[in-house]
Amino acid sequence: MTALLDIVDLEVTYPGKGLRARTSPVLHGVSLDIRPGETVGLVGESGSGKSTLGRAVLGLAPVTGGRITYAGRDVSHLRRKDRRELASEIQVVFQDPYTSLNPAMTIDQILSEPLRVRGVNRAEASARVGDLLDRVNLPADAAGRLPREFSGGQRQRIAIARALALDPALIVCDEPVSALDLSTQARVLDLFIEIKQRTGVAYLFISHDLAVVRHVSHRVAVMYRGEIVESGDGDKVTSAPDHPYTQRLLMAAPVPDPVRQRERRVERRRLLDSQAATA
Amino acid sequence: MGNFLLRRLLSGVVLVFTISLLAFTLLYANSENIARRILGQNATAELVDRKTEELGLNRSLPQQYIEWLTNALQGEFGKSWFTGEQVTTGVTSRFGVTLSIVLGATIVAAVVGTLLGVVAATRGGRTDSTVQVFSVLGFAIPGFLVALALVLLFSIRLGWFKATGYIPITTSFTGWLTSVTLPITALALATIAVVAQQVRGSVVDGLGRDYVRTLRSRGLSERRVITKHVLRNAGGPALAVLAVQFIGLLGGAVIVEQIFAIPGLGQLAVSATVKADIPMVMGLVVATAVLVVIVNLVIDIAQASLNPKVRLS
Amino acid sequence: MTEFTVTPPPIPAAGRQSLLRRLLRKPVALVSIGFLAVVAVVAVVGRAVSPHDPYTSSLDLVLAPPGAEHPLGGDSAGRDVLSRLLTGTQISIGAALLALAVALVLGVAGGLLAGYYGGVFDTVSSWLTSLVMALPAIIVLLAARAALGPSIWVSMTIFGVLMSPAFHRLVYASVSAVRHELYVDAARVAGLSDLRIIGRHVLWVVRAPIIIQSAIVMGIAIAVQAGLEFLGIGDLAVPSWGSMLNDGFAQIYSTPILMLWPALVIALTSMALVLVANTARDELERVSPRRGRRRRAAEWSAPQVSEPAAIVHADAGDRPEDVLLHVRDLVVGYDQDDGGIKEVVRGVSLDIRRGEVHGLIGESGSGKTQTAFSVLGLLPAGGRVLAGSIDFGGVELVGASERVHAAVRGRRIAYVPQEPMSNLDPSFTIGSQLVEPMRVVAGLSKKEARARALDLLARVGIPDPQRTFSSYPHQVSGGMAQRALIAGAVSCDPELLIADEATTALDVTVQAEVLDLLRDLQEERGMALLLVTHNFGVVADLCDRVSVMQSGRIVETGPVETIFSAPQHEYTRALHAAILDDSTPRGALSPREVSAP
Repeated sequence: MTALLDIVDLEVTYPGKGLRARTSPVLHGVSLDIRPGETVGLVGESGSGKSTLGRAVLGLAPVTGGRITYAGRDVSHLRRKDRRELASEIQVVFQDPYTSLNPAMTIDQILSEPLRVRGVNRAEASARVGDLLDRVNLPADAAGRLPREFSGGQRQRIAIARALALDPALIVCDEPVSALDLSTQARVLDLFIEIKQRTGVAYLFISHDLAVVRHVSHRVAVMYRGEIVESGDGDKVTSAPDHPYTQRLLMAAPVPDPVRQRERRVERRRLLDSQAATA
Repeated sequence: MGNFLLRRLLSGVVLVFTISLLAFTLLYANSENIARRILGQNATAELVDRKTEELGLNRSLPQQYIEWLTNALQGEFGKSWFTGEQVTTGVTSRFGVTLSIVLGATIVAAVVGTLLGVVAATRGGRTDSTVQVFSVLGFAIPGFLVALALVLLFSIRLGWFKATGYIPITTSFTGWLTSVTLPITALALATIAVVAQQVRGSVVDGLGRDYVRTLRSRGLSERRVITKHVLRNAGGPALAVLAVQFIGLLGGAVIVEQIFAIPGLGQLAVSATVKADIPMVMGLVVATAVLVVIVNLVIDIAQASLNPKVRLS
Repeated sequence: MTEFTVTPPPIPAAGRQSLLRRLLRKPVALVSIGFLAVVAVVAVVGRAVSPHDPYTSSLDLVLAPPGAEHPLGGDSAGRDVLSRLLTGTQISIGAALLALAVALVLGVAGGLLAGYYGGVFDTVSSWLTSLVMALPAIIVLLAARAALGPSIWVSMTIFGVLMSPAFHRLVYASVSAVRHELYVDAARVAGLSDLRIIGRHVLWVVRAPIIIQSAIVMGIAIAVQAGLEFLGIGDLAVPSWGSMLNDGFAQIYSTPILMLWPALVIALTSMALVLVANTARDELERVSPRRGRRRRAAEWSAPQVSEPAAIVHADAGDRPEDVLLHVRDLVVGYDQDDGGIKEVVRGVSLDIRRGEVHGLIGESGSGKTQTAFSVLGLLPAGGRVLAGSIDFGGVELVGASERVHAAVRGRRIAYVPQEPMSNLDPSFTIGSQLVEPMRVVAGLSKKEARARALDLLARVGIPDPQRTFSSYPHQVSGGMAQRALIAGAVSCDPELLIADEATTALDVTVQAEVLDLLRDLQEERGMALLLVTHNFGVVADLCDRVSVMQSGRIVETGPVETIFSAPQHEYTRALHAAILDDSTPRGALSPREVSAP
């Protein structure tokens, strides 16, 4: 099966400020591929570069080395105009549902904006908005309201609806449930899975939470300091990882069960001791 | 820190240089016009030509500027076209007068503004509203109108202060104090308002900060938290405001000096302007620019000493 | 030059009513706008309705007192004062408008370019801005007058350039803030062009602050222009407010009344402009002018309906004398703008025994943090305990004086916050923030406090205590900062440590280490620990007992094993069901799942 998205040896270095600014690459030589309809989870801690990888795919971070190929076409250095063409292929859902929606625009304006710039007329766009709201289980009368009238979970549904507006083949999800409460998080994740099953969209699912990634991903890649240290089958990587860092990561997350967490703590201590011994 | 200051100093020098270049171009661009304005509208073309040549205005502008710059770098700014007074002596003899008023107003504004801001932020309620109203009015009414009102009331009606004149601080301190009280009050009012607003905002903001709650949780008293932590963090923005205000006060002094007949830079500037005494105007512009650069540098140092991020960069 | 900075509002005006309509409901703004409207009308028709020619002198009228023919009298050149005032309005307002227009065009365009594109635009424009702001406006205007002659229009054009930074900074700050908002990124990903993004998402945010700034700049322009004319360097034949003031000032001893009329219009116009700007800004930012304590706090009465009691699972070894913190029926509320009270904690009862680790778990808005702050006596402004009692080792904390609180806070109850970075004062070293409370509260000498701080830093697992001691907060990592905060909290050997989401902001691997540290410290000191969290894993790792909070109430409380193995309340069960850790993994992509893209 050919890959939908193919990232090869990707390097990203942000330009420094001032003349003599030293810059070190945020990503050095990352390779990853996503097949059509597949969900690839990307796990890492803060500063690992996982969000930068997502932004590079979206054209929001400068690619300074390597290549990003989408459906056989090199999209690493697209001009603004060509990049805009890609909007109907690759979409995004960001982490923070509070800043990812313009507070001054109504839901209708937010959802129809991507349609209108592609020449869809007002009536058609309006009808489409109703359909989109329905798909993310929000009432149709939400269209006339402003983002602040919604809870975090509902806002994230709106952001998902916006991502779906152009029927993309790939959605980059950057920590889409980390700002949400536990029960809301579960429902939003189920919505992601349901949409995937209905539309066959592929996800690049970025999260710091191993449990979340395990829940939604077919395959999982683990990032550490700008590199992918381990990747493979989701079940394998999230329950019996090979790389020492992934092992530490897995052991560090407390299990929500006092009895098993007690065992996990002992296991973690043993792992850290053995890793310290071999190092 | 040293690096940071060196960079600021360098950019200050470039700034003064650029200003002198712009001012020179503006002032000397129309040489014929200059000569005619000195001689009056009825002067013959021949006289104008001779005057132009006498002042060296017939050469190209770059040539004139390079000569001016070479002299200026040696501290030589030429003579007034009208009084023959050296520009350097003209400016320096009046510099202290203006500086004493402007610095006085800056200090008064900083102290009073900070006090008002802190009181408004911590007391809240009616105190806060009163300070707010004062701030809005103090900012809204132009300083020279306040100066006029002060003259009418305290000098002409009540006769408490002399309406005009200036006594140097070296002659008599109390004399100086009485001669600058009204001008400084008129000048400082708007700046007090702006500083009070700024400090009030910073303190209100600071009191809501997470670290303030943590410091309180450690058992520190409210007074200690405010004076040691909140005010220290409010200092940076307040100094930035003060730097901008200082420039404004320098401008305000020009008008206020006129009202109180104080023989400072302002008076010199107005008379030189009206007569189109170009060398004098040029000297004044450069002197002001240098002063502003020095003040900004002082404020930069003060800010750096308050802010470890700047200090350690 | 003076300027009131207008901060870009984070969120545009509440309500979808137009700003103007909201302003017209405020008396101060209404009067000001009314006055400005009159000035505007006079500016347009003033010349036409002048009773006399403003330029014609008459010897009879020199310094004439007000009379029937000349209601405001005559000036020093024998011209009709009223006519000059009416005609002068046109010139003064027109000149100020010219300055405003120049400043607006330059400032907004420059701010948009520099803020949105950054890079070279940013460097160049910030250099130009500092150049323009380096000299007092008056000095520049004087120099321009010396070179170009006394034209009010030339002066005001130059002044417009000088005022452009006021707009530049405002637009720049707003745009570079908005530029990094996620919704702008989303708009780019959605395929919007830069022009459309600027128009739709960026300019929209700054339009109201620009209008406010315009009023302020207009006021300054009027004042500066009047000041120039007053100095006598303008064209004195042309009637304007400033030149009339100049004429009056010359007669200050004989006819001071001549100064009154121009001074009055200048002052009133400036004030009206600033008042409108100020009210509009308050309205936009919704800063209530009555901060702090209201004269009378809103009355609160206990609700009549009794709430269902919490499910309490008893513990085998319960002894009442062990209870350290005894909270009963605590109600916490926030005063609302409309005079009502919003309850965030609604009748919480909670017992914490000595040496116990008690988890307080709930989702956002459940009131768990508010409960913790009430115990500390550190509720944010506007919040207060409305009812109930907090008994800490025999001391009643509800309604206690600041002195009672101070005796408990930092000595017997300590606090570890959520965000390590924002909870350290950026201006002081970590060491001095540790030493200060030890000296002030515990009365240690400087040397003792320093030694103790270094010991504590070593104890909380900081590898190089000396170095961290003399570091500023921005020089250490989040994990290190959180350790330093824990060191500070335990520095006074508290009986109760309140940790509010103390590991939430940390990475998982760091979180595990900090949890280990908290456990070790709790065991070696035997202190009680109130752990406020939303994370069941953290609770399972550390707690002896758990209380589950939902919308301001504790719904279930009991030993940690019971809460996990046999939860009774449906909300606790629902939370358990939402936990993902036990869910089955997704598995590999099956061919069935793939549909052609």
